[in-house]
Amino acid sequence: MKTVRITSPLSPEACRSLEAGDRVLLSGTVYTARDAAHARFAELIKAGRPLPVELEGQVIYYAGPTPAMPGRVIGSAGPTTAGRMDVWTPALLERGLRGMIGKGLRSEEVREACMKYGAVYLGATGGAAALLARCVTECSVVCYEDLGCEAVRRLAVRDMPLAVLIDVFGNDFYKMHQVK
Amino acid sequence: MRHIDKEAFTETVAALCIKACTCLPEDVYDALLAAREREAEGSLARCVLEELAENARIAAEEGVPVCQDTGLAIVFLEIGREAVLDFDIRDAVCEGVRRGYGDGYLRKSVAKHPLCRENTGDNTPPVVHMSLTEGEHIKITVAPKGGGSENMSSVKVFPPAAGRQGVIDHVKECVRSAGANPCPPIILGIGLGGTIEAAALCSKKALLRRLGSENPVPEDAALEQDILREVNSLNIGPAGYGGRTTCLGVFVKSIPCHIASLPVAVTFQCHAARHAEAVL
Repeated sequence: MKTVRITSPLSPEACRSLEAGDRVLLSGTVYTARDAAHARFAELIKAGRPLPVELEGQVIYYAGPTPAMPGRVIGSAGPTTAGRMDVWTPALLERGLRGMIGKGLRSEEVREACMKYGAVYLGATGGAAALLARCVTECSVVCYEDLGCEAVRRLAVRDMPLAVLIDVFGNDFYKMHQVK
Repeated sequence: MRHIDKEAFTETVAALCIKACTCLPEDVYDALLAAREREAEGSLARCVLEELAENARIAAEEGVPVCQDTGLAIVFLEIGREAVLDFDIRDAVCEGVRRGYGDGYLRKSVAKHPLCRENTGDNTPPVVHMSLTEGEHIKITVAPKGGGSENMSSVKVFPPAAGRQGVIDHVKECVRSAGANPCPPIILGIGLGGTIEAAALCSKKALLRRLGSENPVPEDAALEQDILREVNSLNIGPAGYGGRTTCLGVFVKSIPCHIASLPVAVTFQCHAARHAEAVL
């Protein structure tokens, strides 16, 4: 197991340096978006309209944090199950999205799109929400505030502990140790 | 007869919501530490269990939720037949959940209609299960249930011929196909028998047991051990990253059923196995 430090937005080179099973410490910008925000992105794409976030090189964190207590940057903020976003993901990867942070299994379509567009799927530990919140140094709502915890937020993170689950070479870490 | 005060009841429900979401039960914390020792040095599995133990410590110290999915609140009420409740008990539970999720800065995760998906904004309504017992007290248990693990849960009715091995194979297949999604290491609540709704409720109630406690029904205790061994051979491991610890414990609750049926309900509980209780 090697540990790699990377910074988001992600360059194509940074993505190529990652292999499934690597430990990653991510710093930089990530955007939160989960089910409801993805559904709205999909409507905009269908209508041929621009997305509220320029996705080139960016990382989406599938997370809906708890409300921040007074004086805190963010509430608890762990990952949600990424597979629910699979149906919307290839279209976002096509538009330049280069990284996703979540937990759980992805579809074959997402794995193939990661290879095609040079993107990576990174795992945050499900349920480690208080620990992961400590990595967030800034948080602001970008759009869809009406969605509450599902609003799109821009986060600045420092040394967020992650694991590479799908790399640009098409390796799926979950499947590498699966017992049939 | 003993009068139960509405305000005390409501406040207790609110406090239990906050306690359950911020304090991981000691038995679960200890099980995570013990599991860490079983995983290989330098492995991602060990790393994950280390993170989870630290996460529980941070949450308790800072009074913040263990997991951002603070769940749909399941509230179990065991009402003594000599306790007098001169108020609408469902309304009072609702108010308690509303206060707890508001005052505790917990996430509001309830959709008003399964298809329309509008958020109710205050995490109500909860799911309430009431039962009558002896005595003059009321026992309140709040068990917030996260979506990731609940989405992997199921009820299936087998023919009796499926038998014990059929149950083991079914649970193993459920765990295998759920993989990393329910946030392993998981705890399994298994309801055997009854009808589909009774089996499902058994699988939820089973999860209120303490890890390491013995099932008083010998057949079920043996079944728990066999299922635990089988699912831990799957190498799903903590967070699904491979390893020995896919499951921390299996709790079986069995009830009589129809001569033609063998209902099996499997509730997946993530490692954030939260519940808190109080007696009024």
